[in-house]
Amino acid sequence: MSRLQASFETLKSANKTALIPYITAGDPHPSVTVNLMHDMVQAGASILELGIPFSDPMAEGPVIQLACERALKHNVSLTDVLGMVKEFRSKDNDTPIVLMGYTNPVEVMGYEKFAKAAASSGVDGLILVDLPPEEGADLISALNVNKIDMIFLLAPTSTDERMQLICDQASGFVYYVSLKGVTGSANLDVASVVKKVEQIRGHTSIPVGVGFGIRDAESAAQVASVADAVVVGSALVNRIAENADNPEEMSKQVCALLSSMREAMDK
Amino acid sequence: MKEDTCNDYYSMPDERGHFGVYGGKFVAETLMEPIEELRQAYEKVKTDEQFQAAFDKDLADYVGRPSPLYHAQRWSDELGGAQIYLKREDLNHTGAHKINNTIGQGLLAKYMGKKRIIAETGAGQHGVASATVAARLGMECVVYMGEEDVKRQAPNVYRMKLLGAKVVPVTSGSRTLKDALNEAMRDWVTNIDNTFYIIGTVAGPHPYPAMVRDFQTVIGREAKRQILEKAGRLPDALVACVGGGSNAIGLFHPFLGDEDVKMYGVEGAGDGIDTPNHAAPLCAGSPGVLHGNRTYLMEDDNGQIIETHCVSAGLDYPGVGPEHAWLKDCGRASYVPITDKEALAAFHVLTLTEGIIPALESSHALAYGAKLAKTMDKDKIIIINLSGRGDKDINTIAEIEGIEL
Repeated sequence: MSRLQASFETLKSANKTALIPYITAGDPHPSVTVNLMHDMVQAGASILELGIPFSDPMAEGPVIQLACERALKHNVSLTDVLGMVKEFRSKDNDTPIVLMGYTNPVEVMGYEKFAKAAASSGVDGLILVDLPPEEGADLISALNVNKIDMIFLLAPTSTDERMQLICDQASGFVYYVSLKGVTGSANLDVASVVKKVEQIRGHTSIPVGVGFGIRDAESAAQVASVADAVVVGSALVNRIAENADNPEEMSKQVCALLSSMREAMDK
Repeated sequence: MKEDTCNDYYSMPDERGHFGVYGGKFVAETLMEPIEELRQAYEKVKTDEQFQAAFDKDLADYVGRPSPLYHAQRWSDELGGAQIYLKREDLNHTGAHKINNTIGQGLLAKYMGKKRIIAETGAGQHGVASATVAARLGMECVVYMGEEDVKRQAPNVYRMKLLGAKVVPVTSGSRTLKDALNEAMRDWVTNIDNTFYIIGTVAGPHPYPAMVRDFQTVIGREAKRQILEKAGRLPDALVACVGGGSNAIGLFHPFLGDEDVKMYGVEGAGDGIDTPNHAAPLCAGSPGVLHGNRTYLMEDDNGQIIETHCVSAGLDYPGVGPEHAWLKDCGRASYVPITDKEALAAFHVLTLTEGIIPALESSHALAYGAKLAKTMDKDKIIIINLSGRGDKDINTIAEIEGIEL
């Protein structure tokens, strides 16, 4: 059983929802990332989503754009990100890790080379924001060979037809983008999320995660009541940015938010 | 690499929006349904006589088409080689070829019932052309422009504001055209219900590269008819500058089946393609995925997009339309570099020899056309696309040359 599958099953038997924090690898400095990953697991993270820095993050709001810029100041490459995963795995072989990014760095490394390297580093899943299933066949087969899940996004604009097309190719979990907009937007509409998640469940039995616009314990708890996983990104990255010069305080702030979310979700 | 897709130059894109291995639809899921709606709407209007008649009428009465094909006799004589004809897109309303496309997409926006137009712009020509169309159709217009370009192209920024558009300076990344495109995509994904995104070049996700090309092929169709009238035969070569590549594909496309017509796309080589400071992905880049399509890019070994350098803001872009990438691989068109210095020299030569002040973008095509003409006999014919006029660039040129206006 894959780490992702095991994690979702354990949570399900405890009647819990997965909490998935997103941070950009190498933000604000490559030296803080692995420690922060371990700290987040301590604070209640179930699965970690690690951003691959990209020069042109088209789906990100200003918060994660700046995180990419900070990481790229240190030339953090896809190879470096895989190195961080490998380092993390030396102490934690259970917590699933999903990489999230854009197609080009993976394309330039080469699909097969990436899939092999990611598997041997301990990566469990991959989200590429700008790679819909229509363009993803070659990468999906390379990932399948290496037992890495390709996690696809679903959006408020996805029709039933597209939901089916995507769910047919998705593995690990599907990720519902809860709003029309970029990451870190403020207009989360819980009622419409509830409706959409139900609609998605009509197309697949794999877990459904929800992200974009979840910023505090309250919104996390609301979304957790219908989803199998709650993804939080910009709210954490904000705390990283605010404490960029003080890794200890940064970890404290990030973990405090995660713990409060975990607590509210478990109530 | 000569692929089997190269057998028929009019067969692309395929139904999935691919030009050989290039093109496609590399966008976030939120945009997949909107671009499908756009594709369907565009397929409909392509064969809708009423729509096409409205488009043709606007091109004639509003843009001022057909644009002349001018025999630059004095310049040709001075060069002593092939006869150079200039396709005068600089004489279009708003001063460049960009308006052909914005008229088409503006009408499509109206057809689709959209109330708000967004656009990205580099030199400001596409922004001005979008703001112009929005003003005429009574639509709200927001133009994203890199902060660097806002400074470089102040007259066009003011022009857009006069036309009622809101110009948003983009401060992320390298603060140029690619970042403006990112920001426009972010706006679009947020406001898809009421917003039509007018992409200014033959790049972006399918159907944009095909749609923008179709709106721009009026350039090549006219040029073909005009050169047959004036010279009684087809030209030996076509030359056009390539940033994203819309004016080039507009000129080239109607001639793709005429195997004896050579085609040269001219990229901005900045300080030279042997330096890091250029904007020539086809001459010195490699394939990758950016802004919704697979194409040649300026990128580093890690797949990060690198900053481009070119004196002309309209060529200062790290990607290029996927059809050009395909034509390059097929060997149907050649892509060549021209440096800032060569372009500036051509700018002055044309201004002084023919009394035409060309845009800095077009000056790249002129510089290569002059080089090429010298290698050809006097009875040969070259058509150069004079894609825009240079009024917008006089501040840039004065600054480079240390002249205070």
